[in-house]
Amino acid sequence: MIFSNSSKTSSFNGANNSPGYQRLNEARQKSISRYLPPLPVFALAPILNHIVNSIANKHPELFTRLGQSAKKTFLIDPTNLPFFLILQPDPKQPKLKAHNRNIDISHDVYIAGSFATLLKMIDSQSDSDAMFFNREIIVSGDSEAMVALRNALDDIEDTIVDDVAASFGPLSFPVRKFFDVVNKVAKPK
Amino acid sequence: MKQEKPELVCPAGTPASLRTAVDAGADAIYCGFVGPTNARNFPGLNFSLNEMAKAVDYAHDKGAKLLTAINSFPTAGRTDIWKKAIDDAISIGVDAIIIADIGMAKYLSEKHPNARIHLSVQAGASSPEAINFYCDRFDIKRVVLPRILTVAEIKKIHDEIPCEIETFIFGNIGMMAEGRCSLTNYVTGLSTNMDGVCSPANFVHYEEDEAKNLTSRLGEFAIDCISCGQSAGYPTICKGRYNVGHREEYYAFEEPISLNLTHLLPDLINAGVSALKIEGRQRSKAYIRSVVSSFRQAIDAYALGQTPDISNLIALTEGHKETQGAFPSKKWR
Repeated sequence: MIFSNSSKTSSFNGANNSPGYQRLNEARQKSISRYLPPLPVFALAPILNHIVNSIANKHPELFTRLGQSAKKTFLIDPTNLPFFLILQPDPKQPKLKAHNRNIDISHDVYIAGSFATLLKMIDSQSDSDAMFFNREIIVSGDSEAMVALRNALDDIEDTIVDDVAASFGPLSFPVRKFFDVVNKVAKPK
Repeated sequence: MKQEKPELVCPAGTPASLRTAVDAGADAIYCGFVGPTNARNFPGLNFSLNEMAKAVDYAHDKGAKLLTAINSFPTAGRTDIWKKAIDDAISIGVDAIIIADIGMAKYLSEKHPNARIHLSVQAGASSPEAINFYCDRFDIKRVVLPRILTVAEIKKIHDEIPCEIETFIFGNIGMMAEGRCSLTNYVTGLSTNMDGVCSPANFVHYEEDEAKNLTSRLGEFAIDCISCGQSAGYPTICKGRYNVGHREEYYAFEEPISLNLTHLLPDLINAGVSALKIEGRQRSKAYIRSVVSSFRQAIDAYALGQTPDISNLIALTEGHKETQGAFPSKKWR
């Protein structure tokens, strides 16, 4: 037998068994946010709702590519920010919510990287496989759902950032500028 | 010296990728239907019939060809799925069908005698005798050669067969016997060749420990454990590290590495290769944009007798390493 056998991976039913639990806990321990009162992330709710709904309305084909994975819960962890995001891409009611790092939320897929790296990945401006090879992004959990989400996002013709910026109407210019600055910061030196 | 320009054949896993490949300079794009009929049956990937029809129109409007890969092997009782895929592809006017299964080659050549047939790399035809059999029986117009032949061997084959030759020039090295690899089947019960899935995603798991060591698993088997700072690769058994005999943590089959034949392009063209193929229907459109435009420039430069500069592709290679594999010599490992 040439393969080394190993134990099966843990189930992801509870938060403490969730794929990103260790990483999240580690980030929480290092983050200055543990010394601070929880951020008012509820203030982000209308913006995040607007973002996820505008993408869902403009790109309904995304849900076809997601298939059964649309029922999964994705934890997106921008490791240099004091909060993480929970994405539930249910076509009937897609949700994107920010949460402080001091709570545990059960999830199926964990995706982590710097905010700028995650933005480039979601926007399909960089090859996510290359980012994974470079260890710029960390992934764990339900790989089928992860691959489906990656492929669904990659099939969006225009950049998601452009779509999101445009959806802010009169504020589209400053929103676009913000993303441009983040992308500039994220460019490899 | 000016050389004949070969066809640049590029991958597409989604309609957006296809348009990216066409716009980046592909002469032909290959893609497959959703389901088990093609060898890249991954979640969220591939084309519905409607998407494929629109893709044909887009490619033809821009002067490119669309090749449909129906290159997995049907098992008994499931041939209707493959036959329907063939009929669907013909009905929307694809330029060629890439076929692997001998039964489907017979069906295609008899039901649609005017269809252009390409023999998939999955057929594993690597000798003039095998290729000539397909040419004689099914009138195939092009063979995609396995990635285990030297340039000299390709030249010899070219001189003994009546059809065009297509070879891979970039992407997965594919050192296993093409169309016959059963490693995924052994571990997961699903077949790369019959279900179209190498390392099916629902069997893949990644775990990172406190020291940032990344362990990749397929089913119950650990494939590799990559230290912090090391580059990762795909979770395929053939690219894993194992304890074997006298060697520990050894890439027993192959290390994570990508094929890159940029500097062999003139040799391949001189050997009679008509079409140069980029691997990677599972890759993103960012990858396709970079790789296709780079090879477009390289082929055009060589055709003008110039030497191209392709140094920007290493970041996209698996494990950040590239090789010319068996193409210069069989002594490559």
